[in-house]
Amino acid sequence: MARNTARPLSPHLTVWKWGPHMVTSILHRATGIALSVAGLALLTWWLLALAGSGSAYADFSAAASHPLGIFVLIGLSWSFFQHTLSGVRHLIMDIGAGLEIKTNKKMAYATWAGAAVLTVALWGYLLLVRA
Amino acid sequence: MTGPKQIGAHDRNAVPNGKTALGKVRGLGSARHGGRLWIRERISSAALLLLGTWFIVSMLLLPDYRQATVLEWLASPFAFVPMALFVYLNFEHSLEGLKVITDDYQGDEGGRLTWHLVSLFLHVGAGALALYALVRIVFGAAS
Repeated sequence: MARNTARPLSPHLTVWKWGPHMVTSILHRATGIALSVAGLALLTWWLLALAGSGSAYADFSAAASHPLGIFVLIGLSWSFFQHTLSGVRHLIMDIGAGLEIKTNKKMAYATWAGAAVLTVALWGYLLLVRA
Repeated sequence: MTGPKQIGAHDRNAVPNGKTALGKVRGLGSARHGGRLWIRERISSAALLLLGTWFIVSMLLLPDYRQATVLEWLASPFAFVPMALFVYLNFEHSLEGLKVITDDYQGDEGGRLTWHLVSLFLHVGAGALALYALVRIVFGAAS
């Protein structure tokens, strides 16, 4: 392209070193989209199946207990935990707290750890203790 | 006498350079109405923090996930009301969040308008379906 290489180029996404805050920020959006699309579709399907006939509910149950369905549900519950914890981090930042680099990075790591622990605990209980 | 060009009542928004008042300010910045969406998004997030926790805990407390068990649980007002709020606020928060993402990444004005409309229609449609299902459950019309 006709770009004068002698001139500096504005920095953009690709030139930044990825930090935990950047990853958490983009994860917040990605998990938000996942929950909006797949999460709300499943929630609506579940309620319609509940309100419908026994066979409608059996269809939902079969899909939800299929290995692929469980995989999707695990992904959605992790998305929920990650988005919720990251959302709490955003609410803290919105009141003007936790904006120092060190605290901010720690909070970002804490959302990853929290979401992982909660997801493992939830599915460990559902699949190993209850099943 | 030289004064400003006479502007008729039929085009009172016309300005001397030939642009309308809207054309002059378009694209120049915020309309100063965005604060409301920003605050609503945070209110729905705080509510969903509580309702989401309630939902997960309730799912864990259910003895099993058979249709009859879940229906019996949802028939209680203390399950139905939070569930209705959970469903409504989920759709509201999703609509608000996706609008922010669209505004950030879709630079084209027409594209933005299209995405906002499609998103709005899908949210209202699916949200209404979900609430219809809940109402049907609580009034015992399930067959």
